Amino acid sequence: MKVVFNEPMPGPAPIPLSELPLGASARVVAIDAGPALIQRLEALGFLPETEVACRRRAPLGDPRVYELRGTQLCLRRSEAARIRVRPR
Amino acid sequence: MTAPPAPALSVPVRLGLIGSPNSGKTTLFNALTGLRARVGNYPGVTVERREGDAWVEGARLRVIDLPGVYSLAPLSPDEDVVARLLEGRLAGVPPPDGLVLTVDATSLERSLVLVAEVLRLGLPLCLVLTMVDELRARGGSIDLAKLEDALGVPVVGVVGHRGVGLGELRRLLPHPERWSRPPLLPPSEPRERNAWLASVLARVLIARPGPSRTTEAIDRVVLHPVAGTLLFAGVMVLFFQLIFAWATPAMDALDTGVGALGETLRAALPAGLVSDFLVDGVLAGVGSVIVFLPQILLLFTLLYLLEDLGYMARAAFVVDRLMGRIGLEGRAFVALLSSYACAVPGIMATRTIPSPRQRLVTILVSPLMTCSARLPVYALLIGAFVPPVTVAGFLGLQGLVLLGLYVLGGTAALGAATVLSRTVGRGDALPFYLELPCYRMPPARLVVSQVWGAARAFLRRAGTIILLVSVVLWFLLHFPRVETASGPEGARLALEASAAGQLGHALEPAIAPLGFDWKIGVGLVASLAAREVIVATLAQIYAASGPDGASLREAIRSDVDPRTGRPVFTPATVASLLVFFVFALQCTSTLAIMRRETNSWRWPAFAFGYLLALAWGASFVTHRIVNALTT
Repeated sequence: MKVVFNEPMPGPAPIPLSELPLGASARVVAIDAGPALIQRLEALGFLPETEVACRRRAPLGDPRVYELRGTQLCLRRSEAARIRVRPR
Repeated sequence: MTAPPAPALSVPVRLGLIGSPNSGKTTLFNALTGLRARVGNYPGVTVERREGDAWVEGARLRVIDLPGVYSLAPLSPDEDVVARLLEGRLAGVPPPDGLVLTVDATSLERSLVLVAEVLRLGLPLCLVLTMVDELRARGGSIDLAKLEDALGVPVVGVVGHRGVGLGELRRLLPHPERWSRPPLLPPSEPRERNAWLASVLARVLIARPGPSRTTEAIDRVVLHPVAGTLLFAGVMVLFFQLIFAWATPAMDALDTGVGALGETLRAALPAGLVSDFLVDGVLAGVGSVIVFLPQILLLFTLLYLLEDLGYMARAAFVVDRLMGRIGLEGRAFVALLSSYACAVPGIMATRTIPSPRQRLVTILVSPLMTCSARLPVYALLIGAFVPPVTVAGFLGLQGLVLLGLYVLGGTAALGAATVLSRTVGRGDALPFYLELPCYRMPPARLVVSQVWGAARAFLRRAGTIILLVSVVLWFLLHFPRVETASGPEGARLALEASAAGQLGHALEPAIAPLGFDWKIGVGLVASLAAREVIVATLAQIYAASGPDGASLREAIRSDVDPRTGRPVFTPATVASLLVFFVFALQCTSTLAIMRRETNSWRWPAFAFGYLLALAWGASFVTHRIVNALTT
């Protein structure tokens, strides 16, 4: 299932959150996942237009720490890849 | 603690305390109820049920501490219980009269999604913003009056562990029916709900809190690729040291104390069966329960301290990738490491794993980690049969064999985790996510209440089973009774005639392919109480006297099978027995704690079965190979 929250807007093309470079920030565009995962990621703050920054990477590269809505959240590559974001 | 007033005759007001993990919910629970929580399980599930009484103006309030959840969508058993309880669909537990929702003021932006979900339940609701001091310190500001207005429910700002705001909250709590109710519920349709969230935030959030400077500074070290990894290794060594070495003096002291108490009791009572039963059965059983307490208290003090400080989430983050390779997650690491000392505290430490499937797999493989109870068995067999020579110039052969047994257990655990996470651990709906909370110094009271809760759960739930089995095993080892001469030889004859002795003989066909005779069989039966018991039992069978173990080593080395004239303990048998102890779940305490933590006998039975099958198979192969090499 694919839920698109927003109409296309100008700016760089959306990329998976897992591809966001370390230190960069972006805005959430959509989540490509089943309803359960979408619901959970939303509860963790990944709502449309939410600003998210990639803050850190584990010593072995995965998982990574993202900062959003005043919290620091750690996600594995597999889940972060489902979140499409538009880099700033 | 002051004594509570006389119980009210009326039914107490029931309040559900709900909030996401790290939202200060447990601190608030403790502040409201003192340390008088009752802990149990919800019917049919492993979700912990905590309730406590708060007294306000002579009225009793029943506070239900619901498991921490990020959402009411039931992906995990915790969330399922919370959702069903609040909707009145949990058998035997009516929905509460009112809900108290704790939200960390510094993460209101995130938590408002949960607030909207809880509002939609339609139960009387009171919102408690915790850690308002931290919000201020980080330059953030929330307009509480506007938040109350926007949500339509009472809002109280508190600092739980300092008691700030608790007076106002206490005045509200007894009367949920008088709380203001929202005129309109938040919309459920995602797009409309998102608009609602944005409009509420725009009205109430005067200033967004900046990043916590302390947390940033600490994380620059703790999450640094090199420094963080070194720190992680250091903390894990500390864990290991704590349970392995530092708990030992206390455990030895308890052991000595119980032994001395037994001697006193034996001296005071007339010699005979009753005194034997009280000392060797009941008292020894009680001793085998409380001997775990130093490990459990130490492990959980460190575990909860690091958890409440905010370090455990970072540790899980550092090691998650490695654990992911065997199908587990970062939080499983501490549990498995602790199991190297003892599987009982290790299995209890799996409570920090939110995914029930991952938790189950971790529990099922933890007995494979080489626990300290195996050491006396390894020491006896290696000391008796592995020559104390050095190989390659400086490595002791005895030490190498011991290391090999540790490596074998660890490798087997990795393999079992890989297989089990793809079979019984499959189909987990819960994705992996981990919040890295800000570092906070936990109030001592919070840590104490958590550690005490863990110790009490162990004593009540596992302790009773361990005691019961110890008593049953005593009967097996002492009945039916035969009249024998006193002294070691008499004890040996009495043991052979006992039910356990007969069981050893009956087991012989099943264990003969492994190279074990009936005497080892009796030892295996007795070792069900605890692995190291086989040493004492073998000492009794071989009528070995002397506490230093030298005579037992000598006795098993020179024992000859009367039928074949060959030694009972051939190299093949010794290797096979060592391998058997690497795999087999010969430990009632582990089974009891598995029963307690999974709330069913199904998983301890499964673990016992699969590990017994592994042990039998590996011992059989070992016996064959070593036999072929040595004859």
